[in-house]
Amino acid sequence: MLEAYPDNRLARILLWGFSALVMAFLMLPTLVVVPLSFSVSDLLEFPPRAYSLRWYENFFGSATWMAGLRTSLILGTLTAMVAVPLALLACISMNRLGGKAASAIQGVLLAPSIVPGILLAIGLFFVLAAQGLVGTLFGVLVGHVVLAIPVACIVLLPALARFDWNQVQAARSLGAGWATAVGGIIVPQLRISFLSATLMAFLTSLDESVISIFVASGHNSTLPKLMFLSLRDQIDPTIAAISTLWTAIVVVVVLIVTLRQKS
Amino acid sequence: MKSLPITIDSVRKAYGSYVALDDVSLDVQAGEFLTLLGPSGSGKTTLLMALAGFVRPDSGKLLLGNRDITRLAPNKRDIGIVFQNYALFPHMNVLANVEYPLALRKTPKAQARQQALDTLARVKLEGLAKRNIAALSGGQRQRVALARAIVFEPRVMLMDEPLSALDRNLRETMQYEIRRLHDDLGITTIYVTHDQREALTMSDRVAVMNSGRIQQIDTPQQIYDRPSTRFVAEFMGEANILAPGSARTIDGGDASRETLMIRAESFHLDAKLVGRDGVALEARLCAKAFRGENWLLTLALDDGQEVLVCIPAALASGCAELAAGQRVTAYAPAEKVHAIPGAIA
Amino acid sequence: MTVTAVDPGLAADARRERRFFLALSLPALFIVGLAAMLPILWIIRQSFLTTGGEYTVGNYEKVLSSGLTWSALITTVELSLGTLAVCILLGTPLALALASARPRMANLLMAFVMLPLWTSILVRTYGWLVLLRREGLVNAALTGSGLTAEPLPLVYNFTGTLIGMIHYMLPLFLLPVYAAMRDIDANLVRAAASMGATLGQVIRTVVLPLSAGGIFSGSTIVFIYTIGFFITPAVLGGGKVNPLSIRIERTLSTFQDWGSASVLGILLLVLMALIGVMFLAARRLMARNKVGAAHA
Repeated sequence: MLEAYPDNRLARILLWGFSALVMAFLMLPTLVVVPLSFSVSDLLEFPPRAYSLRWYENFFGSATWMAGLRTSLILGTLTAMVAVPLALLACISMNRLGGKAASAIQGVLLAPSIVPGILLAIGLFFVLAAQGLVGTLFGVLVGHVVLAIPVACIVLLPALARFDWNQVQAARSLGAGWATAVGGIIVPQLRISFLSATLMAFLTSLDESVISIFVASGHNSTLPKLMFLSLRDQIDPTIAAISTLWTAIVVVVVLIVTLRQKS
Repeated sequence: MKSLPITIDSVRKAYGSYVALDDVSLDVQAGEFLTLLGPSGSGKTTLLMALAGFVRPDSGKLLLGNRDITRLAPNKRDIGIVFQNYALFPHMNVLANVEYPLALRKTPKAQARQQALDTLARVKLEGLAKRNIAALSGGQRQRVALARAIVFEPRVMLMDEPLSALDRNLRETMQYEIRRLHDDLGITTIYVTHDQREALTMSDRVAVMNSGRIQQIDTPQQIYDRPSTRFVAEFMGEANILAPGSARTIDGGDASRETLMIRAESFHLDAKLVGRDGVALEARLCAKAFRGENWLLTLALDDGQEVLVCIPAALASGCAELAAGQRVTAYAPAEKVHAIPGAIA
Repeated sequence: MTVTAVDPGLAADARRERRFFLALSLPALFIVGLAAMLPILWIIRQSFLTTGGEYTVGNYEKVLSSGLTWSALITTVELSLGTLAVCILLGTPLALALASARPRMANLLMAFVMLPLWTSILVRTYGWLVLLRREGLVNAALTGSGLTAEPLPLVYNFTGTLIGMIHYMLPLFLLPVYAAMRDIDANLVRAAASMGATLGQVIRTVVLPLSAGGIFSGSTIVFIYTIGFFITPAVLGGGKVNPLSIRIERTLSTFQDWGSASVLGILLLVLMALIGVMFLAARRLMARNKVGAAHA
């Protein structure tokens, strides 16, 4: 955009220098954790004096951490399995209805993403407490599904809007009912968006901490809840190991999604 | 394959205060090739989509043969449709696209395969069965869309500007082939286009639409030579609409008391080429342009009306010498002079 | 305009089709109602109940007369405004740089910028703890270089909380601003340059006015997210930074006072609604002023 000013090198250097600093600020906390996770000592010295896999062993050897990991993975999978089909149906509905009805539905479905997590968390806690369901996987699951639906909608809605609906009309004219047209024509062509929505719904659940903190308990505690409790108590380098693993997984997932989108 | 007549009876469709179809009635005979012709927004595509079942009319009836299909789901209508952008399924190859309607009808696999291959051969696509849609040219896509629309032997076919995406040479080839396919199959066809030449070339009858109404339904020749409204006259080509009293007969007789339509190419500059009952216009030459196969002259009558005159190059020996401002007389034979009923110029 | 008489059968079909498409949304709407609407309503109900379950307005009296509530409210707004101010200061130039980079370069850099967005908030909070604590990397760098004699208190306080929140919000702020700047027609900048505008004038009179919508969206996002922030103040605040969210948690977990926690929750909702109304009004004002924006 600013190539109209090729001679203004000082401004360019200042702008990019500043930007580099801001980007460093953004990257630093994620990156600093990596070397610490391989450190021998528990003093969080930087750079570490010697390296080991001690903290990874600690993580994988701990029954508590493993139970949290297991809960989080199950919860993430269930969340994606429930939220994405629901979001797909709702997005088809919004796409076909259009107008005020679609805006109203969209407003309701996206609302949970702007309501502060703490409010959803304590409200859900009250509701579940009244039913005696606090601490169950179900309670956390509905909370996560509600947060994952907007995320999936944000991926699927534009994908459906870009979709060539003439193809659905063509399929219908050739004899296909609605379900056949959706399953045979829309879903196969939107599989990349579908995959993105699924992964993002999964990550939403995996990353969610506030609802888990209030609603999950005991052996149903999620990994983020355990991490939160541990952070509040002391700075345990095991968290550095978890963080490194986490970042690695997220980077791989994001890479897969972006690469598949390109191809 | 037995084809069916189509009856469209007083179909209305409004979007808010905008009336897309204003009490449209139309009978299409079994086996006929009928074209809906009109500018964009005239309602021709809306009418086609109502027949297909994708636009729900507010009122009126649609019949295939004796069967009322007004409220029938689109997938139950058994109508072959060729969409404007073809709407081929990009995640299926050519063969799978053509087999799709047969699979939905639970046709046995082997039979479906044979039928699809036969149809592909019919549209000259043998050998491309395993191709991806993305690897096809525009003309080839057009043929796949045709094959897919006829493979399940529908008794009516609808085509929505199917050639608009093709270049001119290919269009002419495809016009011929679509017409040939229609004649082979004898399938009742409604064809939508905004290209009047295409409509005239291909159709048994043409229905000209404007503002949600059918202006005229007739054979191509009648539509061209005997338009019933000023709109049809002007939409179908270079038409001169002359106010009553602006023309005289060659033998000096009375001026016409009606509004006349004379096509630009009906004129001659030589009185001998026109019978004694023809029409003559006294005018001044405003501009002339050489267009290759003909000359286009712009004349001005004494009352200011502008008249376009188109002289074939073979008969235009004197045109090159004409100068602007010069007085000219243009003659047209009586059979090419058409009075527009009830029109006020 | 004649009124179209609609065939009753066709009208019934149209309604049936509409109902079918509406029904496709029902499962999702149901679960949102169950797990988001109902809980909010429950908070309202709970705010009027005593621990014994009787109706009372005592919770409101207790909460609204407490100085802790008001200081929590002030802390919440301070954190939001602070985060917003720094996001605008850091994010706008970065967006400008990214928007003026070549597309390939911009995409690559955006991927890096978005990396934190994809990382767990707990991972990032932990990273800041490591960096900012007394013996941490930042203090080591500061004392090592002689900039400060003593390590600075950077964490377990307001500063630490603010840094964590800025870090969380900056990518979210950047996205709409970057999108708005990317959408500016390069020819507009060229046109301004051809008429003699300097780089600074182009930024002030062309780029910033045209990306105002993006900056506004980004600011709305920052505000809406930050007033409910919980994890960051809970960990990086070290108990000394107490916005509404922290008070809610403490009232609920430590004091088991569901009624007061609910009142605080409603206070948070009201604050959100107020800010929402303010932003809507501001947007309307901006739209109205667009006509006269030539002199910006």
